[in-house]
Amino acid sequence: MINMTLYFKRAIQDIRQNRFLNAVTIITIALAILIVSAFALFFINTNDLMNAWKEGIRIMAYLKQGTPQAEIPELKKKIQNMYGVSAIRFIPKEEGLKGLKNQLKRQSSLLDNLKENPLPDTFEIRMIASSQSWERVEILAREIEKLSRVEAVEYGQRWLERFTNIFNLFRLAGYALGALFFMATIFFVANTIRLVLYSRREEVEIMRLVGAADGFIKMPFYIEGLIQGALGGIIGLAALFVIFMLISVNVQQDFSADLFHIRFLPPSIFLAVILSSMFVGWLGCYLSLKQYLKT
Amino acid sequence: MIDTQDKIAIIRMFHVYRNYGPKNALIDITLDIFKSEFLFINGPSGAGKTTLLRLLYLAEPVSDGQILVDGINLSRISHKNIPHMRRKFGIVFQDYKLIPTKTVYENVALVLEAAGQKRRLILKKVKSVLRTVGMEQRLNALPPSLSGGEQQRVAIARAVIGDPKIILADEPTGSLDADAADLIVDLLKKFHTRGATVVIATHDRTLIQKTGGRVVHLNSGRLQVAPDI
Repeated sequence: MINMTLYFKRAIQDIRQNRFLNAVTIITIALAILIVSAFALFFINTNDLMNAWKEGIRIMAYLKQGTPQAEIPELKKKIQNMYGVSAIRFIPKEEGLKGLKNQLKRQSSLLDNLKENPLPDTFEIRMIASSQSWERVEILAREIEKLSRVEAVEYGQRWLERFTNIFNLFRLAGYALGALFFMATIFFVANTIRLVLYSRREEVEIMRLVGAADGFIKMPFYIEGLIQGALGGIIGLAALFVIFMLISVNVQQDFSADLFHIRFLPPSIFLAVILSSMFVGWLGCYLSLKQYLKT
Repeated sequence: MIDTQDKIAIIRMFHVYRNYGPKNALIDITLDIFKSEFLFINGPSGAGKTTLLRLLYLAEPVSDGQILVDGINLSRISHKNIPHMRRKFGIVFQDYKLIPTKTVYENVALVLEAAGQKRRLILKKVKSVLRTVGMEQRLNALPPSLSGGEQQRVAIARAVIGDPKIILADEPTGSLDADAADLIVDLLKKFHTRGATVVIATHDRTLIQKTGGRVVHLNSGRLQVAPDI
């Protein structure tokens, strides 16, 4: 009964007859998609970057001078069993000094005159990725600090915490902005369809008079909305991809390439963006048709 | 008046009113229109002829009274079923009401497409009906490129293609010259002889005289016994 080819044909015909209005709608959707997905792209990559940094988080536990070597394995075991610890490595003070010398390179001769190694024995503790919330790091650090043989605990990268907070704030703003664009686009599409309907009110009226059901009249508009949404989404993402290619070449050179790689939106998000763009097109149609055909 | 005693009424109007605010467009209309009848609704401009037809094809609701079409009470019909009801009618307008951006073929085919008919059948039927009205050569023409008489012939083709039980024509010859008007009336008669009920609203008495058929007279929204023409 339902002749989809006919509806599609009519939708395509409608788009061609209202080229200007349709082009404006598609471009608007494309711009909204471009902006929203640019945000998404930024968040995804910043998230990657932060994860890369987080993976580098370690807690350094410095032991008191004169801790007997015999106690080291037991201490190690104790820390190992704490929640959130993924790996622990004992760095004897000799190794620490060697490392320091390596870092100082030319100035390493300064250390040659030391009578005694001033560095403490140290545990380097890495955390399980999933438990890397800042509260966790702090709790763990305090727990380790309580051990009698531990002199001090250091966990740098506190700036990362502040950065995370700012980032989360940005992300919130991004969601809000995305929602706003979403709504604005729906209204715009609704308005365009209303204009199309208005310019063709006589045709719609004639269709109704010859016994066309509402569904028969509406279907091509819905298809039109879906096509507009899909095209807008694809154009928006294509534009984003071009911009991404241009920027990523430069950014990748500046960044430590081994730390993380800038990437484009993953396929799942790509698909989600196109689908929600189509949804926007459909919803815009739905809203204005609902209003229009009621009268 | 002809004897209407043993005929079956396809349209029955009982005490129908139609008001626009304080203005009464139709007042207490009670009228039976019979199956396979050729009926004229005659009256001057503004008498309510168009309003009466619009009530029949559900373009507007009655203010009071009842209308039965083919046994169905129009005021009881749900919004969903209005399209089905309208398919009982073929409507011809004075201003043709063809979609200017669609070809002759598409304009006529629209009725069958809306009714969910198969493409092959639509093609066959549209060609056949356009042949009947003498427009088969202009399948792909757009309405604005046609003369008034040609456009009205296409409109008639559109009105009859769904094999409607009733053909409603609102001043179908109002914008046409005499020859074109004759052709249109001939066509309406042709479809009448094929079994359709034809209701023509017109102010044109010469048209009625030439054609013949029952006449009801409408004046200032009231139905009157037709004066002898």
